[in-house]
Amino acid sequence: MPVHIIVAIKQVMDPEIPPSAFTIAENAKEVVSPSNIPPVINGYDEQAIEAALRIKETVEEATITVVSIGSNFSLDVMKKPLSMGADELILVDTGDIGNDPDSNIAAYLLTSAIRKIGSFDLILCGRQASDWDNAQVPVGVASMLKVPIITVGRKVEITAKNVRVERVLPNGYELVESNLPAVVTLSSELGEPRYPTLRGIMAATKKQPILWSLNDLSIDEDLPTSNLTINTITTPEKQNECTIIEGENGQEAGKNLALKLREAKLI
Amino acid sequence: MANCQNILVIGELTEGSLSSTTKELLTVGRNLADSLQEDLNVVLLGENLSQYTSDLLFFGTDTIYLAQHSLLEDYQDDLYVEAITQLAASTNPRSILLGKTLTGKELGPRLAFKLGTSLLQDCIHLAIDTNKNLVGKRPIYGGNALAEITHIGTPQLAIVRPKTIEVSVQEQKGKGNINEYVPELSDSMIQARTIEKVDEPVSGVRLEDARIVVSGGRGLGGPEPFRDLEDLASLLGGATGASRAACDAGWIPSSYQVGLTGKTITPDLYITVGISGASQHMAGCSGAKIIVSINKDSEANIFKDSAFGVVGDWKEVLPGFIDQIKSMTNAS
Ligand SMILES: Cc1cc2nc3c(=O)[nH]c(=O)nc-3n(C[C@H](O)[C@H](O)[C@H](O)COP(=O)(O)OP(=O)(O)OC[C@H]3O[C@@H](n4cnc5c(N)ncnc54)[C@H](O)[C@@H]3O)c2cc1C
Ligand SMILES: Nc1ncnc2c1ncn2[C@@H]1O[C@H](COP(=O)(O)O)[C@@H](O)[C@H]1O
Repeated sequence: MPVHIIVAIKQVMDPEIPPSAFTIAENAKEVVSPSNIPPVINGYDEQAIEAALRIKETVEEATITVVSIGSNFSLDVMKKPLSMGADELILVDTGDIGNDPDSNIAAYLLTSAIRKIGSFDLILCGRQASDWDNAQVPVGVASMLKVPIITVGRKVEITAKNVRVERVLPNGYELVESNLPAVVTLSSELGEPRYPTLRGIMAATKKQPILWSLNDLSIDEDLPTSNLTINTITTPEKQNECTIIEGENGQEAGKNLALKLREAKLI
Repeated sequence: MANCQNILVIGELTEGSLSSTTKELLTVGRNLADSLQEDLNVVLLGENLSQYTSDLLFFGTDTIYLAQHSLLEDYQDDLYVEAITQLAASTNPRSILLGKTLTGKELGPRLAFKLGTSLLQDCIHLAIDTNKNLVGKRPIYGGNALAEITHIGTPQLAIVRPKTIEVSVQEQKGKGNINEYVPELSDSMIQARTIEKVDEPVSGVRLEDARIVVSGGRGLGGPEPFRDLEDLASLLGGATGASRAACDAGWIPSSYQVGLTGKTITPDLYITVGISGASQHMAGCSGAKIIVSINKDSEANIFKDSAFGVVGDWKEVLPGFIDQIKSMTNAS
């Protein structure tokens, strides 16, 4: 039996941008992505793609469909899963509504897209998106599709009927099992996602992402209402004065630091 | 919507007593309930729970629910969600508060979707507005920004970040009702089962409890320098930590990770070596009283949060620092 894995990825602002490039709109209600720094695929979602590719290596036949809900997609950025080895990529442009602070909306849109894709055995997601760090959309998708969810995985294995996940715990891990189909979220402990090979990049240039809009999602019921209203978004202020400890050389500076900490009764 | 007259705190036990996060939730819950002039209720789930009621009463709780069932003895997502959903259906809370703990992080989103409401994630401050709605402040973008959000759904669910609220005891206030209830649960409700739990124990002082923590980052360049940091930490009677970059590189296990997706620490003294101070790292150590940093880049963000720093290569600075501490600890 061929296995169908759906991986949900989100395009986000690069979390490594320097704080000086981090800006908030004048209305103080949204964060503005700097125009000179390209967005990225949410880090944990690359781990989800990697997990899918590792599963593909262990089963006889598997198809990996990558899907993303968003707007202003950067095709260069979002095509990466194809060059890593995914089979198809669906980008659903839903305009502003996909950015609602209420995860219900994104979960609903993603679920609608997954229903349109059709049957699946496994849905892989990141543990959280690095913009709002909500860790909610995958739970919403599992709930709407009425399938089990296992979160914060570092290893995923499937058999004909089951999925087994090593979940990261603060001091170790636990092995959790559920029936398929299921949703699993991945964490960085899975390990580095693979780099696209030259062959992969060549193959990907021949594949085009499938572009859907809101209309393609055949949303028959009304969208869930948003329960969360943003009042303000601000940047936290820092007014710390750091005393830089000097010395003739590094060795001396280290020694002086220890003396300073003793003087301040910190050690 | 009829008769929403209480705030419900989901309580947790750790090592046989009320968790510190639960005490924080009860403190903020009591304040919210007071401004609404409504009840503060709390639920504990498990077995043999009556021994904890006297502790709960210190925080001015009005009704304590003891959800006792043999299936609740060990935490399990589906059963806990089911038990809380049943309680919410009969008690109509206006608002439900959970801690951003191992279990709270699982329960919060699941409860939100099960109850058909939304979740205010990771709040560091909660208040009630003039419409009696819950207003939360929460870090977003890993801590690069702070959002203030109003919850207008029912019930109003919020997860509170631990160690952001100062606990205060309110002995006199609550009604002190105790209500034992047995949720209707069955084994067939379990969708995902834990087959086995594996502890990878850390030796020495627990990171979360340590008064002094010494952490290393990508700037250390490999696993070996962490031995020096461990020596330094044990000289100071503290614990060792790390940035995610160091953990992801495999230099040190992920149980040492401090930050948004690692551990939250609140030491008196936090010493960082070769850590740049990304907001996601700082999210786990902003409760440290004094931060001291060694970094070769004078522009590194970490210095904005540090009280003392040395700009230099740790390979030179650290030996001098450790030697001096050794001679001071020998002398005293
Ligand atoms: C959703 C999300 C969650 C995250 N969660 C966490 C988390 O929980 N914890 C966490 O730590 N990070 C987390 N991160 C990652 C975070 O954004 C940073 O990437 C990470 O903290 C960087 O680690 P670092 O400071 O060790 O490395 P870098 O940022 O690479 O900094 C290395 C520093 O070492 C200095 N250095 C280099 N060589 C030397 C030398 N010889 N001597 C002295 N100094 C030197 C450099 O000047 C630099 O400042 C998360 C990111 C995301 C997107
Ligand atoms: N707009 C989206 N499109 C596709 N997947 C998403 C979207 N939003 C969230 N996800 C998935 O859900 C995970 C958790 O996101 P969140 O709940 O927003 O923190 C992400 O890592 C993605 O795998």
